[in-house]
Amino acid sequence: MTDYDAVIIGAGHNGLICATYLAKAGHRVLVLDGRSEPGGCASTREFATGFKVSDCAQWFSQFDRSINKDLNLDGAGLKLSNAKTTISLQPDGDHLTLDGDHIAGAGVDPVDQAAYREFRKMMQRFAKLMTHLYRGRPPKLVEHNWRDRFTLMKLGLGLKMMGREYMQDMMRIVMINIYDVMNEHFKHDALKSTIALDAVTGTNMGPRSPNTVYSYLHRATGEFLSQTGTTQVIGGMGALGAVLADVATKQGATLQLDSPVASITKTDDRVSGVTLDSGEAISAKLVISSADPKTTFRDLLGYEKMEVGMARRVEHYRSRSGTAKLHLALSSLPQFTGLTDRQLGERLVITPSMDGMERALNPMKYNEISTQHTFDISIPSVADASLAPANQHVLTAIVHYVPYAPDMGWEAARPQLLTTLLAELEVYAPGIGSLVTASELIVPSDLEASHGMAGGNWNHGELSIDQALMMRPFPGSTQYATAVDGLYLCGAGAHPGGGLQGLPGRNAAKEILKRGALS
Amino acid sequence: MATSPPTLELLETVVNQYDAIVIGAGHNGLTNGAYLAKAGLKVAVLERNPYIGGATVSRELHKGWYYSNCSYVSSLLRPEITRDLELPRHGLQVVPFGGGATFMRNGDHFGNYSDHDRHYRELARHSKRDANAYDRYSADTSLQTKLIRPYLLRTPPDPTSLKPRDLRDLLEFARSFMNLGEEKLLDTIKFWTASVGDYLNEYFETDVIKAHMAGSGIIGTALGVYSPGTAYVLLHHYMGDVDGNVGAWGFARGGMGAIASSLSKSFQSFGGEIICDANVDEIMVKNGSVTGVALKDGTEYRAPVVVSNLDPKRTFLDIINPSDLPKDVLKKARNFKIRGSSGKLNIALDGLPVFHGLDPKNKLMAGDLHFSDSLERQERAYDDWKAGTWSKDPYLDMMIPSLTDPTMAPPGKHMMSVFVQYAPPKVEGREWTDEDKDGFEKSVIDQISNYSPNFRDLILHCETRTPREIEAEVGLTEGNIFMGELTFDQLLFNRPFPGYAQYRGPIKGMYMCSSGTHPGGGVMAAPGANSAREILSDLKRPNTVPGEYADD
Amino acid sequence: MSLASRDTMLLTTPFHSRVAAMCDLNDWGNWMGYTTPNAYFDVELEYFALRSTTGVFDLSPMNKYRVTGPDAQRYLNRLVTRDIAKLGINRVGYAIWCDDDGQVMDDGTIFRLGESDYRICSYQRADDWLAWNTLGFDVTIENESDTVVGLAVQGPTSCTILTLLGCTDLNQLKPFGMAHYTFEGKPLMVSRTGFTGDLGYEVWVPPESAEALWDQLFELGHDYLIKPIGGSALELARIEAGFLQANTDFMPSEEVVRVGRTRSPFELGLAWLVDFSKPLFNGRAALLKEQANGSRFRFALLDVHGNKPAEHSFILKGDKQVGTVTSAAWCPTAKANLAYAQIEMPHGAVGDELVAEIYYQRELHWTRLLAPCKVIEGPIFKSAKRWQTPAPPY
Repeated sequence: MTDYDAVIIGAGHNGLICATYLAKAGHRVLVLDGRSEPGGCASTREFATGFKVSDCAQWFSQFDRSINKDLNLDGAGLKLSNAKTTISLQPDGDHLTLDGDHIAGAGVDPVDQAAYREFRKMMQRFAKLMTHLYRGRPPKLVEHNWRDRFTLMKLGLGLKMMGREYMQDMMRIVMINIYDVMNEHFKHDALKSTIALDAVTGTNMGPRSPNTVYSYLHRATGEFLSQTGTTQVIGGMGALGAVLADVATKQGATLQLDSPVASITKTDDRVSGVTLDSGEAISAKLVISSADPKTTFRDLLGYEKMEVGMARRVEHYRSRSGTAKLHLALSSLPQFTGLTDRQLGERLVITPSMDGMERALNPMKYNEISTQHTFDISIPSVADASLAPANQHVLTAIVHYVPYAPDMGWEAARPQLLTTLLAELEVYAPGIGSLVTASELIVPSDLEASHGMAGGNWNHGELSIDQALMMRPFPGSTQYATAVDGLYLCGAGAHPGGGLQGLPGRNAAKEILKRGALS
Repeated sequence: MATSPPTLELLETVVNQYDAIVIGAGHNGLTNGAYLAKAGLKVAVLERNPYIGGATVSRELHKGWYYSNCSYVSSLLRPEITRDLELPRHGLQVVPFGGGATFMRNGDHFGNYSDHDRHYRELARHSKRDANAYDRYSADTSLQTKLIRPYLLRTPPDPTSLKPRDLRDLLEFARSFMNLGEEKLLDTIKFWTASVGDYLNEYFETDVIKAHMAGSGIIGTALGVYSPGTAYVLLHHYMGDVDGNVGAWGFARGGMGAIASSLSKSFQSFGGEIICDANVDEIMVKNGSVTGVALKDGTEYRAPVVVSNLDPKRTFLDIINPSDLPKDVLKKARNFKIRGSSGKLNIALDGLPVFHGLDPKNKLMAGDLHFSDSLERQERAYDDWKAGTWSKDPYLDMMIPSLTDPTMAPPGKHMMSVFVQYAPPKVEGREWTDEDKDGFEKSVIDQISNYSPNFRDLILHCETRTPREIEAEVGLTEGNIFMGELTFDQLLFNRPFPGYAQYRGPIKGMYMCSSGTHPGGGVMAAPGANSAREILSDLKRPNTVPGEYADD
Repeated sequence: MSLASRDTMLLTTPFHSRVAAMCDLNDWGNWMGYTTPNAYFDVELEYFALRSTTGVFDLSPMNKYRVTGPDAQRYLNRLVTRDIAKLGINRVGYAIWCDDDGQVMDDGTIFRLGESDYRICSYQRADDWLAWNTLGFDVTIENESDTVVGLAVQGPTSCTILTLLGCTDLNQLKPFGMAHYTFEGKPLMVSRTGFTGDLGYEVWVPPESAEALWDQLFELGHDYLIKPIGGSALELARIEAGFLQANTDFMPSEEVVRVGRTRSPFELGLAWLVDFSKPLFNGRAALLKEQANGSRFRFALLDVHGNKPAEHSFILKGDKQVGTVTSAAWCPTAKANLAYAQIEMPHGAVGDELVAEIYYQRELHWTRLLAPCKVIEGPIFKSAKRWQTPAPPY
């Protein structure tokens, strides 16, 4: 008998969710993580004394509520803030607010307001259709079995039931760019760019790039499945990890932290367990990795343990990212022009026009630092005082676009970029620079080093259409089971991707149970 | 007041009465007219310009030199149509060319050879690994080409329709993809959604090799080499053939005007009429059906069938009264993306320019020549277009047809065609000025001169066309050479708009046959033919339009 | 930079001056981009040199890759389907490699030059595939195609001639063995390998030794009736011997466009090269599945009635077309009409009686012939000399 039925690599949210579902079904599960606390990218770290931030995920907005229900996370102590309004900051202080279906401010007119309601309605209709695909394994198209055929049927029917106009529209826009779609629907520049930002967050694409509607749709689907709106986790993102770890262990899963995995072992034709950095060998019927595909296959398993066509696909799997995090420790609450103190707790967005976003993107392509960036800002200490010392505040922002390896090197680039970012913030929050007592930039290569995420991509690999759905991460390994017997994927590198949806973990567990892989 | 005798009026109406009127004597309009006339209809093709051809023209703009001043090479012209309309009998001869190269900044070049072994050695000169990988690339890309070719001469099925014919066509379409097997099918989807840069990166390591091939992915598009969807555009440059040699390109002897000329002769041989200097003002509609067209000078031509060979924007926004159109069509036409991104220089040369590193007698000179030796340069050229200006370091597709076709220039002299990416439809949001045009021309001449010491001195005459000229002279809105961008939202059953992708317009009797319909742009004549097939079917006339040859 | 590109025009091997001097027929072909002779003076006589005396064939265009590094053996074992660990130093093995679907990409020979030092010799180019295979291994691949040239010296008097050249005790070399000598101060390697199914050797030298080697061979071999032989004669010999040829009997899988045109080792009669006791090799999972579920096709060796070669023929069972011929020849030594065919399962088992639909032309008159044929076990031509050690003198 093996040490465990399943060993799960990575105690991030997907790994813990997967573990919980499997443990609930009575299986012996071990979750391993090299870090000292659970949560992975949804964990809390004190980057300066008393100032707590999350390395990546900043918002809780796409988490599938069915997982919440199945695992009773609310009962286990998960607390969320109220849903945030998105405030798209304008230099003149007359900001654009987006609250559900309502938009106001910045001179937006009734035509655009009506158009926005229509757009939201359409997107939610599309998202509703996508849920047929998201809450389950992506169907195979040729080698499908009856389960896949059922999914395809539901999809086809759902498509037809959307009505001819919506159906035509979806099939028309799903592969194109957000820039053109925005220009079709709206006139207001800031409105267009604020929505466009949602389409490109977490990617290295600009609004003109085809595939951006798909990434927007992915996010919209997550939000539809979540129904929480954009919220923050009270206690810091790490509270999510803590709750999930608690739930997992209560269900019977074993959690072992400070245990980095060195390699996945293979015996004969199948995977047989893992070996830790410490040298300890653990045997299991299945190994389920929530690490990104490149790390899983190239670093943990090793190319010499798989066939070459597959190794080639791993090498070709794209994980580029232009996304960075900015963390600021502030000695007091900053003043943003045109915002009340209470509003500082909302989701604050700074973005140039869509053309400006494209211009901001260009230097990244050539390994240079941009002079203008987009910001998705949270000052979580407004709603949650535990995240900063008394009367002080912490600001965290998702920033685009930064190069992976600037020609000048990060040592020189980091201070330059920081100065630029602070100067950009000054325009909207005069004096903020003088409040900064500590600062930190987390760039893609940092995430690679600290979290083992190849390329530093939050989705564990680009979520472009050719790496999505029944092609994620690549043909041969798309339904959570990989082409290597006994090895499964349950992280964002599997369908449906990232965004803190929890679905890869849940779907992987259900797939394993349905296949009887652990019997 | 003297009134004209009723008999004269009656005569006029009878004289201008046709079974079908085609607006626009571009190659698709002429093809459409020819098939309708072949079926026995009385057809008139109306052309605004004093000459026919649209973008397939040869113009003697400098005495002794003929310019294919818009389209300049032929590969995609359907052989079924060429044969069927007897175009060779009417004067068309397409001569394939070999060769082509990308010149490098370091004085070297990367040459393109049609012979497999020869091409291997050229690739191997740069990288043995890439030379070997080329076979894998060829096989994978050929697979994609073969998948799509059978659908060029077919009407796209409507996936939202429940009509038996559409369901049957959709099923057949799906089946050809399913036959690939799971992995190859997924690879096909990946190919259709990938960028040409990422696609090429999966095969090759050498910059100039990638750059040479990537150009085919951006020609005529509003996209860059790293924009998803550009790998698909490769197909538009690979899926043609000359005499069954798939992927080959050729020159129409006498310039591209020979295509229009042979099509017009074929059309006329079936009794068709071509009327030039006929500028259509409006398609006339009565009680929901078309009755004909009215010209700007008041002349009317009557017909129960009117086919527009103008691009979809022009068709629905310029020559139809908005009150005759459903609202959704107006909206879709306004949103139809047709941004131009190309320009052209047509140059008369006093001799053959010498390019660094290449013997002027080298066969490579007869093919397509380029100067952008890296993907980065091509991407930067695209950045300029996005910023609303012409590329400072433009991607050029340069050819010297007179090295293959002796009719284009006097002996020993040459005609050079330079196709340029990128040039925006508007410069920083405003109309092109003559100053802009000069700046654009200079950027191209400078680019070529960087690689040739004697080029500048050989220039006898230069015709420069920005999107402004292309739109004004050819009627291609915003100067888009494909009459509509080739992105998935405007291809197949989405071209030009969902619900109107089977050549029928929203008004009874109104049809479309331009490149703004499936299978899209490039000199294919397929849109014209497919449209004719639908028209004849609606009129319950026997079909004269051929299907495609079995392709193996 | 040179203005002309003639340096990349048609290539010739380092033996070319000698080859051209002897190519009376001026009948040239293109092998891998090199100018190579189809025939020197008479295809049939050249073939008989291989069977009766000695024929010399220029092997230089073959692709050669040197595989070195601590993981060289593990690397090769993942690459090929047979267990390469069993190959000793100074031994040569025939091997095939497959893609992830178990379809054959190419075949070749693997020379073990040292503990962790190998050379792959293949008909097709493999730079890209071999490079991809290096992921995860500490190994170096070097393309040696231009730095190692070779001659096939095949036939009953070949051992004698080479011994005269300086290959001492060559007759002791076992089949698939290698021996190292020097020739005019440069290395000369001899392997007892070949494509003719008879006594024969392949001789490998650096390019600068080429012309001198040819001259000496032909001078020393004169009394032993040495002859140069071209591609056509070699083709005849290999068909008679039962050897497969890439691009004739199977398509290298990575170059295939059309679905269903690739073949697995089982479908090529190469099951003996597939060693499932090896832990991992490329194609293993797919081949295990095929072994369990059955193959689509079978490789059949056909003994065709009559003397009209069944070239490009369809193979019929009753009315139904069940296969096609890939290689066919009238084999002069075996005096048999042989054909290789790809037959759809379940047909084509040894003993199966089928019909070959042959079209042949005489003086522009075509005849359609339905020739009965039978699937036989192994090649009819079996040369004892091929396996004899010590190798016979003639």
